[in-house]
Amino acid sequence: MENTFIIDGMPIPFEPGQNVLQAALAAGIFIPHLCFYPGLKPNGNCKLCTVIINGRHVSACTTLANSGIEVANNTPELNNKRRLMLQMLFVSGNHFCPGCEKSGNCQLQALAYDLEMMTPHFNHFFPKRTIDASHPEAFLDMNRCITCGLCVQASGEVDKKNIFALSGRGMASHVVINTPSGKLGDSDFAMSDKAARVCPVGAILPKRRGYAIPIGERRYDELPISSQTEFLTTRET
Amino acid sequence: MSHVNSSVGGVLEPILDRYARNPHHLMQILRETQERLDFIPEWAVDYLAEALALARVHIQAVIDFYAFFYDSPRGKYRVLFSDNVTDRMQGNTALLSRMLSKFALDQGQVSSDGLVSIDTTSCTGMCDQGPALLVNNYPVTQLSSQRIDQICELIKAQTPLVEWPSEFFNVEDNILRRDVLLSTEMASSQALKRAIELGREGMLAEMKASEFRGRGGAGFTTAVKWEACKNAPGETRYVVCNADEGEPGTFKDRVLLASFAERVFEGMTIAGYVIGASKGLVYLRAEYRFMLEKLHAICDARRKANLLGKDILGQKGFDFDIEIHMGAGAYVCGEETALIESLEGKPGRPRIRPPFPATHGYLGQPTVVNNVETMAQTTLIAQNGGAWYHGMGTNLSTGTKLLSIAGDCDRPGIYEYTFGVRIDKILEDCGARNAMAVQVGGASGTCLARHEFGRKIAFEDVPTSGAFMIFGNNRDMFEVARNFMHFFKHESCGFCTPCRVGTTLMSDILDKIASGKGTHYEMNELSRVHQLLRTTSHCGLGQSAGRPVYDTLQKFRPSYDRRLKHKDFEPAFDLDDALASAREIMERDDVSAHLGTES
Repeated sequence: MENTFIIDGMPIPFEPGQNVLQAALAAGIFIPHLCFYPGLKPNGNCKLCTVIINGRHVSACTTLANSGIEVANNTPELNNKRRLMLQMLFVSGNHFCPGCEKSGNCQLQALAYDLEMMTPHFNHFFPKRTIDASHPEAFLDMNRCITCGLCVQASGEVDKKNIFALSGRGMASHVVINTPSGKLGDSDFAMSDKAARVCPVGAILPKRRGYAIPIGERRYDELPISSQTEFLTTRET
Repeated sequence: MSHVNSSVGGVLEPILDRYARNPHHLMQILRETQERLDFIPEWAVDYLAEALALARVHIQAVIDFYAFFYDSPRGKYRVLFSDNVTDRMQGNTALLSRMLSKFALDQGQVSSDGLVSIDTTSCTGMCDQGPALLVNNYPVTQLSSQRIDQICELIKAQTPLVEWPSEFFNVEDNILRRDVLLSTEMASSQALKRAIELGREGMLAEMKASEFRGRGGAGFTTAVKWEACKNAPGETRYVVCNADEGEPGTFKDRVLLASFAERVFEGMTIAGYVIGASKGLVYLRAEYRFMLEKLHAICDARRKANLLGKDILGQKGFDFDIEIHMGAGAYVCGEETALIESLEGKPGRPRIRPPFPATHGYLGQPTVVNNVETMAQTTLIAQNGGAWYHGMGTNLSTGTKLLSIAGDCDRPGIYEYTFGVRIDKILEDCGARNAMAVQVGGASGTCLARHEFGRKIAFEDVPTSGAFMIFGNNRDMFEVARNFMHFFKHESCGFCTPCRVGTTLMSDILDKIASGKGTHYEMNELSRVHQLLRTTSHCGLGQSAGRPVYDTLQKFRPSYDRRLKHKDFEPAFDLDDALASAREIMERDDVSAHLGTES
């Protein structure tokens, strides 16, 4: 069949140019992911969307869909690995879900529920991270940042402001702000920017709007993230 | 203010001019700035951002990424002890402590008078003549307590490096076994002339006939790479020589560049001729800064001899020139796409592949990236033909391979063998009598135990980029693995989740075992995290980071087991340790400020 490939035995149609993740989501098949956002160039760093094609582990978001390929996705082996990566993200940052304004709307938390991550498993790193409250509309809480780079991309590719960048190396990788002071308040960042809306966790949050919707009634509280493929595909692009 | 500005410009303008204000040369501009100012101050970042039309934050990110760029003063003398496992075996730890105590400094600290800082760095490629250190990026080899004491005196007297005893900076080739590459004479231009006689297609046919495979480690067939690049659509093409020899235990490219640079440059020129490139770029690791002037001089001589430049050897339209770019301390830049990012003046994070450099490489153009040794060997194929070359080695691994031999043996140095040589033959040649293990291919390679010494160096058996580290009976393979794991943790670029976090997790687990708190639980954890890294990491660094641990767990299990507490589980969380900051605040460190321990 032309322009069809297989995920876990299911035929999936695709449009030429689509990657495996896009095609899967469009067909209602969920593949866990954090650093992919519709309309932004896939960069493949979170590795949550790792699938197996022809015996090789690849990122679904950076692999073009191709007629006839067979993709293993929802398998115990891959989900174990994804759970391990989620645990890595949890222990390498400071994620305090119960008090976090993003709780229930957080993709990291939603995936942890969905993949049944019951404990963080590893020893917490408790890294020292910064909070930047210098901007009138938003604050940055780097405790929650998973260095997915979506804000960097959105600010560069869509907003054309280049406010964010990734700096450092290894575990010291971190997001920095393109102002002489390094403060968001000295940039022309606005809450209407694309960069303000793409963060999968709660690292960029609006000021003066807390818990408007009670925890428990938020997006991923209602339905598991794996049942929200339509939302994940059509989120404002 | 105007005075400050003029001195700012005074320092930076000549550098900017030298690199034609090309932002792709950011790495070189930053290196030269630091060579003038000892570090890269904020005002220089501002000035460069303006002059190169780059975001300030981009320059900051580049400085932050590379270990040898400093955004704050690190002392007039910046001493970095090479910390490969071979340096450890040669006693670098005691020498480091000796130097630290002479200056009453902690590791990584800058002296209060701003004179000196002392720290460690990844393998500097001097394993055959270690322990070694770098002072302001220049290597000092064959360290002894006496030499350390002399260095301390020179630093205290603020003696400029050029006035230090020149023997400190001696770097020997130590070539101890020569086969065709190291023993064949080549007048400069001989191989190139032959390639031109053969023509582009003819030379490519010889490469195909030789079935030569790249010497960087992965063993991809070079002719296939060249042909793909030659046929790829593009405005211009590039030849890149990967001289970022960062694999711990490898130093053969250092020797090739020190004594066979003509061959390396000629090989690049042949590659340029075949694929139709007019520019070649050498990416030289920062640790090899000491060779830069000499390499420039060789390029100049080749330009004068019309072996580089326009209409080379009278061939109308055959234009090719070579630029040398320096790295700044990042092992990951040995990965070809990270290297290209670095060449473009960016942090060295590996790209998504495909597309491969052969079609989308430097500045998005078709690019061939080959190892130093590959470039040098190419000249032999041009000189003697592909069929001749194919006659050496094994069916799947033709030709010869340089090995960098170090560790527990009488005669460390460079050995050239035809592929297919047995491990035990190599051990005999270099005088390794009590070898218990050999790490072939560096930290990311394979650890072989005694029962495997009958295996052969070849892509189809034990592949290698060239490192060959020998461990005698008395060595502790757990500590070898722990050294490598800390290396990977330090060198992980941080791009992908598994490698960024996994290398730290594995290092921490090994540290826990080393401190006597490990249990069987940790052993399973190591394997589990390794399997994740191996399968899901973005590039070869993460994929192979857990290998030394995995190999030594399989083959040298007792070195782990004897450290374990014989319990199923012991928490990693240390309550007393967690109270350290509380003690600091209270300014107390007496016995009753600590929780009692059972021991």
